[in-house]
Amino acid sequence: MATTADSFQAHTDDHAHDHADHKPGFFARWFMSTNHKDIGTLYLIFAIFAGIIGGAISGIMRMELAEPGIQYLQWWAEFMGGNADFDTALHMWNVFITAHGLIMVFFMVMPAMIGGFGNWFVPLMIGAPDMAFPRMNNVSFWLTVAGFVSLMFSLFVPGGTGPGAGVGWTVYAPLSTTGSQGPAVDFAIFSLHLAGAGSILGATNFITTIFNMRAPGMTLHKMPLFVWSVLVTAFLLLLALPVLAAAITMLITDRNFGTTFFDPAGGGDPVLYQHLFWFFGHPEVYIMILPGFGMVSQIVATFSRKPIFGYLGMAYAMVAIGVVGFVVWAHHMYTVGLDVNTKMYFTAATMVIAVPTGVKIFSWIATMWGGSIEFKSPMVWALGFIFLFTVGGVTGVYLANGGIDDVVHDTYFVVAHFHYVLSMGAVFSLFAGFYYWFPKMSGRMHSELLAHLHFWGFFIGVNVIFFPQHFLGLNGMPRRYPDYAEAYTYWNEISSVGYHIMAASMLLFFANLVYAFVAGKRAAPNYWGAGATTLEWSLSSPPPFHQFSELPVIEEHHDYHDHIASKDEPATT
Amino acid sequence: MDATASLEARKTRTAVLAFIGALAMLGVGYAAVPLYELFCQVTGFGGTTQRASESDAALAERLGASSGGKTISVRFDGTTAKGVPWTFRPEQVTDTVTIGQRDMAIYLARNNSDQPVTGTATFNVEPEQAGAYFNKVQCFCFTEQTLQPGQEVRMPVLYFVDPKALDDPNMDGVEQITLSYTFHRAKESAQ
Repeated sequence: MATTADSFQAHTDDHAHDHADHKPGFFARWFMSTNHKDIGTLYLIFAIFAGIIGGAISGIMRMELAEPGIQYLQWWAEFMGGNADFDTALHMWNVFITAHGLIMVFFMVMPAMIGGFGNWFVPLMIGAPDMAFPRMNNVSFWLTVAGFVSLMFSLFVPGGTGPGAGVGWTVYAPLSTTGSQGPAVDFAIFSLHLAGAGSILGATNFITTIFNMRAPGMTLHKMPLFVWSVLVTAFLLLLALPVLAAAITMLITDRNFGTTFFDPAGGGDPVLYQHLFWFFGHPEVYIMILPGFGMVSQIVATFSRKPIFGYLGMAYAMVAIGVVGFVVWAHHMYTVGLDVNTKMYFTAATMVIAVPTGVKIFSWIATMWGGSIEFKSPMVWALGFIFLFTVGGVTGVYLANGGIDDVVHDTYFVVAHFHYVLSMGAVFSLFAGFYYWFPKMSGRMHSELLAHLHFWGFFIGVNVIFFPQHFLGLNGMPRRYPDYAEAYTYWNEISSVGYHIMAASMLLFFANLVYAFVAGKRAAPNYWGAGATTLEWSLSSPPPFHQFSELPVIEEHHDYHDHIASKDEPATT
Repeated sequence: MDATASLEARKTRTAVLAFIGALAMLGVGYAAVPLYELFCQVTGFGGTTQRASESDAALAERLGASSGGKTISVRFDGTTAKGVPWTFRPEQVTDTVTIGQRDMAIYLARNNSDQPVTGTATFNVEPEQAGAYFNKVQCFCFTEQTLQPGQEVRMPVLYFVDPKALDDPNMDGVEQITLSYTFHRAKESAQ
């Protein structure tokens, strides 16, 4: 591949701005945005907003579950415009778990990871001026917002037994077809169509950007691991989301137009929906965690002041996770009546994923080994991620067994497992990335003290919430119910106490944001020092509105770790 | 990749390829519907029974006779889905058949309502691994059935158990196969 600046055309600037910081007016800048950094910021603000709603809903659920019996749901049923009877109250529970799941997956984790950090830092890290298709980028964001609006709207229209869609984030037929009359489920499904379309456009944009717009000399094997992680994620999105789109479109036509894809009365099969859903759903869980892997790799290398250990192994482990992730879906369906041989295959294939995941965990540890470690806020979050994700991974291997899953399927053990990998894995990597890059994005330093306090509060809080749920699950408490037998009271109470600790720590997070904007010191271009060696650290904080007026060039002697020109070389910006 | 092509052309090419990939996966999603049905029919997955012709049945009969005329118990089960006002049950709950031998089972159905009702039956067998060996030559489930108000009919199933089951280790220890039908109100089908 040619590596000289002459043959590289990413920077033919049609607009020919006189200076890099000419910004459009407020409305044009934020509502018609085509700048990858502005769109990234919009995505992050949106994700925080959606996260507050999704997190508040989990608070309602922990309140209700703090003691046996139904305490608050009837009030919520009335509040949302339904009847105060018992059935509507139970329906409200289904609505809450549905909304919590869909919001956190589609409107918090995905927009923050891919739309937020991906948009902000993929172009910066590969030395590109912007994304490949800036206008399509804008469309992706507003489609996501429209999807969220559709989901919120579904809460206020009839969904069968009461207002809202009470079908779970999986939207299984026949509950979602003949089981839920009224438009709420249609709006919820439509919100997935919109968010899915936005994500497919975004994925195309990332693939095009990464394949065509890397700085001269930056080969695929010299890309930062975060860029690798977004590339693999984009492929997963591109291949998995259309299958979800097909499945939920069939739901819509089954609901409204008399088709019987999932209705046995017309020759369909509800189990087919589960196959289609999980063919999307399993890659989806890697979509939510892979960018986190990428961010943690950057952070661990930065604060150990060492190149990441086993770079190629790390990159191809993500590729392997992505590929194998497509052939393990039925481990979510062990109890639908799969025969022994099928279960055997899916058990074995699922366990294979532990191998590349283990490669990653051990490479992070090996990176820190002998490193000059600094426990700055991003690093403690990254360490928390590595520990908690491993806990979730271990219960994952346990659950992968078809035989064991027969016992713990649909219990709180499963809830504990996937919250360890998501609510702790994905969310810890999000906070790690946030504290790592927040001063770069905003130009203001946050308080390290508050960030550390936030970490400890959050770490203790989520562990107190979710660790006892392992015990509840192994004791047989089923998930998706607002009530439980007296015997489960003890650990449920403790779990709800954990929620308060976690929520209190989130106040510190918001306090930190306020602090940064009101009193935060101005951030230097490379505020983390010598360990931060990717291209975004060669730019000012915040970076200019149009970056890289002069091309960064990755020279032969730069390896995958060090991308910044040394002092005797010409500066990049 | 062609380094001489302009950046715009290369970007467009990558994006078009990506969109084709996404569209292909959308197609795969829909193709899953007939493929899943075909997969179940061919492999007997989930206890899907097989359809056989008269000549298959004759062949199976000779094969069954040559393998010693072993017998197996067959249990019959009949239910109706919600909203089907029928009484539906097998005339005889169990039967013992020689493997390979054709046998006839009779189900009784009566429309208890004052309106004609068209029903269609779904079916499978338990244990699931028996699906590949349970062959129907004729069945009321192959077509929709319309019953007039108060009408009562006897509906036959002509079936045999394939002697190949004797060679399958997964069928070891299977002493009884349950054939189950559920009647649904017929809908305008998607297919």
